[in-house]
Amino acid sequence: MNKINTILRKEWAEVFKNRMVLFTVAFMPLLFTALPLIILYSMRGTSLADASNEIPQQITGFCPNNLSGGECMQVYLVSNFMLMFMMMPLVIPVTIAAYSIVGEKTTRSLEPLLATPITTFELLAGKSLAAAIPGIVATLIGFVIFAIGAAIMVSNPLLLAALLDARWLIAVGVAGPLMAFASTLLCLMVSARVNDPRVAEQISMVVIVPLLGLFFGQLSGFIVLNRQVILILSAGLAAADAALAYFAVRIFQREVILTRWK
Amino acid sequence: MIHTEALTKKFAATLAVSQLNLHVNEGEVFGFLGPNGAGKTTTVRMLTSLIAPTEGQAVVNGFTVGKQDTEIRRTVGILTETPGMYDNLSAEYNLMIYAQLYEVKDPKAQVEKYLRMLGLWDRRFDEAGSFSKGMKQKLAIARALLHEPRLLFLDEPTAGLDPEASKLVRDFIEELRKEGRTIFLCTHNLDEADRLCDRIGVFKSRLLVVDTPAKLRTQLFGRKVVFHLRAAAEALAEAVRALPFAREVKIIDNKLLVTLDQPEEQNPQVIRCLVNAGADVQFVGELRHSLEDVYLQLVKNA
Ligand SMILES: Nc1ncnc2c1ncn2[C@@H]1O[C@H](COP(=O)(O)OP(=O)(O)OP(=O)(O)O)[C@@H](O)[C@H]1O
Ligand SMILES: [Mg+2]
Repeated sequence: MNKINTILRKEWAEVFKNRMVLFTVAFMPLLFTALPLIILYSMRGTSLADASNEIPQQITGFCPNNLSGGECMQVYLVSNFMLMFMMMPLVIPVTIAAYSIVGEKTTRSLEPLLATPITTFELLAGKSLAAAIPGIVATLIGFVIFAIGAAIMVSNPLLLAALLDARWLIAVGVAGPLMAFASTLLCLMVSARVNDPRVAEQISMVVIVPLLGLFFGQLSGFIVLNRQVILILSAGLAAADAALAYFAVRIFQREVILTRWK
Repeated sequence: MIHTEALTKKFAATLAVSQLNLHVNEGEVFGFLGPNGAGKTTTVRMLTSLIAPTEGQAVVNGFTVGKQDTEIRRTVGILTETPGMYDNLSAEYNLMIYAQLYEVKDPKAQVEKYLRMLGLWDRRFDEAGSFSKGMKQKLAIARALLHEPRLLFLDEPTAGLDPEASKLVRDFIEELRKEGRTIFLCTHNLDEADRLCDRIGVFKSRLLVVDTPAKLRTQLFGRKVVFHLRAAAEALAEAVRALPFAREVKIIDNKLLVTLDQPEEQNPQVIRCLVNAGADVQFVGELRHSLEDVYLQLVKNA
């Protein structure tokens, strides 16, 4: 446990010395907090005047029928940003995780590290927590800011309830972090196999992109994310995380990682 | 402390270490000498459980390589070929990380002890990346010692250091030896090996010889004694050749070069013989072969 903590702190000390990394971690959540708030702000008050028949069926079917068409539009637009909130933890850890092992190969610090009595599990646990937590925390902070902003701006309690629906709380609070770990573990596995940090980031992105497809699926209405779907998704992600963690430790062959390098 | 039997490591096509049988005793400084690519680093990596042997066995600190790897890692110290510091973290923090990973009881005190001992205390807040090569090397030595290992592997500790820094490191190794630690020292520096090591193994994929530096010299070249004469003559050489124990006698300028097995016993007889034959003996001295001669001879033949 202590060793996991040691690795975690060391990773953060190293990573956040680089201000750009801090920026990468904070930028996306801030952006995606600001945009839905701007939408809510600009559409404020238009809700009652709007006639429902102007809004496509696809969108009105999306929200509770006691909301006006304009409010439905707001719910629809904002939900897409909720999805972004859920997906963000998938992308944010990539920079840190992809670099994390291959970076130590290039600086040659991996050998003395592997010579210590640290177990592979402890090493990977420390590294994945270090990569996943900043993205998760930044996203959650962004979401809380959004929720507070929405509560201040939206006067109709039904609209607010629709905006902060339980499914989004589960999506952002549970599915998001689980995605962060899935993405982190995938990137760590890539990072352990390659010999060049740039390649690690490239390949990691290629692995992550299909998952982002889920988001665009939702946008074009192929997949409807209701509460059940999100719960199933979360359960699936939890299982996937467990499997990934198991494999990450299994395929982390200390010797191969150390000597393939030469 | 270290015992290996037929230890072998193959990398795809290269046989890096072949059938190594080695025994290193507790408290000795064992020099592991060999040319570039001889397999020294590979051997150290096997003995520190970083890579697995292809064949053969090794017991380190009483633990078996391949079976009790964590115990081995816990109990040995290693100075890797490249220091591999976290360059953007401070020297002190670098060591703190390792003190914690090695489960040191009082990390702060240990870190301070070794930073002071290696003269880095005043620079402890500086990033390791800002250190010179020699300072990084010293920092890496400190890192290897934090958990007070009884057995220490040093892979070329003075490579690339200036004479002063090398001397400091050598003196430090001397200190460690006095504390009774066992040291496995890989080096190219023959002079260093000669001065520091109790025994030396010359290695090039396989072990060529193992012995004390002094014995290595005599084994290969015998011991040569130089007799400086006022005037050397072939007749004098003949007289000495007549002695049953004289192995080889040569004249170089006014010097008589005699190879003997036990000069302590035989020199007086040689001198008596020379004096009887009418020679004026001015000086007598032993001609010491440098370890370099020995090494080059061995590696050339391998
Ligand atoms: N990871 C690896 N993959 C393939 N071959 C390797 C690997 N590591 C070492 N070798 C080969 O094994 C042999 C021994 O290498 P090693 O690094 O152990 O030599 P060394 O004695 O430490 O040399 P030097 O004095 O240059 O440090 C070399 O032929 C080298 O090419
Ligand atoms: Mg080497």
